[in-house]
Amino acid sequence: MTAAVPLHHGLIVAGILFAVGLLGLLVRRNVIFILLSIEIMLNAAGLAFVVAGSKWGQVDGQIMFIFVLTMAAAEVSVGLALVLQLYHHTKTLDADSANKMRG
Amino acid sequence: MSEVFYISAAIAIMATLMAITRLNAVHALLYFIVSLLSVAVIFFILGAPFVAALEVIIYAGAIMVLFVFVVMMLSLGPQAIEQERSWLNPRIWIGPAILALILTVELTYLLLMKAGGLSGVKLVGPKAVGIALFGPYVLGVELASVLLLAGLVGAYHLGRGGKKIEEASRGVS
Repeated sequence: MTAAVPLHHGLIVAGILFAVGLLGLLVRRNVIFILLSIEIMLNAAGLAFVVAGSKWGQVDGQIMFIFVLTMAAAEVSVGLALVLQLYHHTKTLDADSANKMRG
Repeated sequence: MSEVFYISAAIAIMATLMAITRLNAVHALLYFIVSLLSVAVIFFILGAPFVAALEVIIYAGAIMVLFVFVVMMLSLGPQAIEQERSWLNPRIWIGPAILALILTVELTYLLLMKAGGLSGVKLVGPKAVGIALFGPYVLGVELASVLLLAGLVGAYHLGRGGKKIEEASRGVS
């Protein structure tokens, strides 16, 4: 059985996942994909918490992940309701179509 | 055992890259579910089995189903049936299926080894998490419940339909 994974390898994976999510957030203009990229970034942040908690053998990382999970659930429910509203108003999912403040 | 970690990490990054570059939302969701499953395997071998289960149940189960619901609701049109037929094409689901198969092999390997995690990692089970969650972190649990209630009310208000919201805001002002 080999030795444990070093802490920084787990953190690098979390960083790469976060960067990929940020890239998706910046390049995509479909609202569904923007929400998906936010989920990717939240998941990467939770991964960093759990990796750090596992390094010290403490439960706090896992508890922070549970809070991140709760926040993601609340955020995605409101976000998807907003997506439905946007689609009903503009008949498209393009985020650039919602650049007018006029209702 | 640490090879399992690196394979899962590679699958997670690959699936996430595929997820943000797909043009079809359902394909992207398939790849993102694979990414979540591989992150759950990482959690498992890092000695956090409870969080791994939560990742599969809540993230891949509940939140992704919400996404799929919305995508299905928005794509109701005459071309929907044709689109449905094209999704049954093996070319679409073979990528996520291969990645998920590698994860299944990893999981079987871990279960056969009867290993709860890496050799140098302390296993932190659900009992310790529960004791800490309802001990020092009980205020956070209450705040999370308030946040979920706010999310519920917000989603209900936004989901009622455009006309009614305009009338209601006009009635208030």
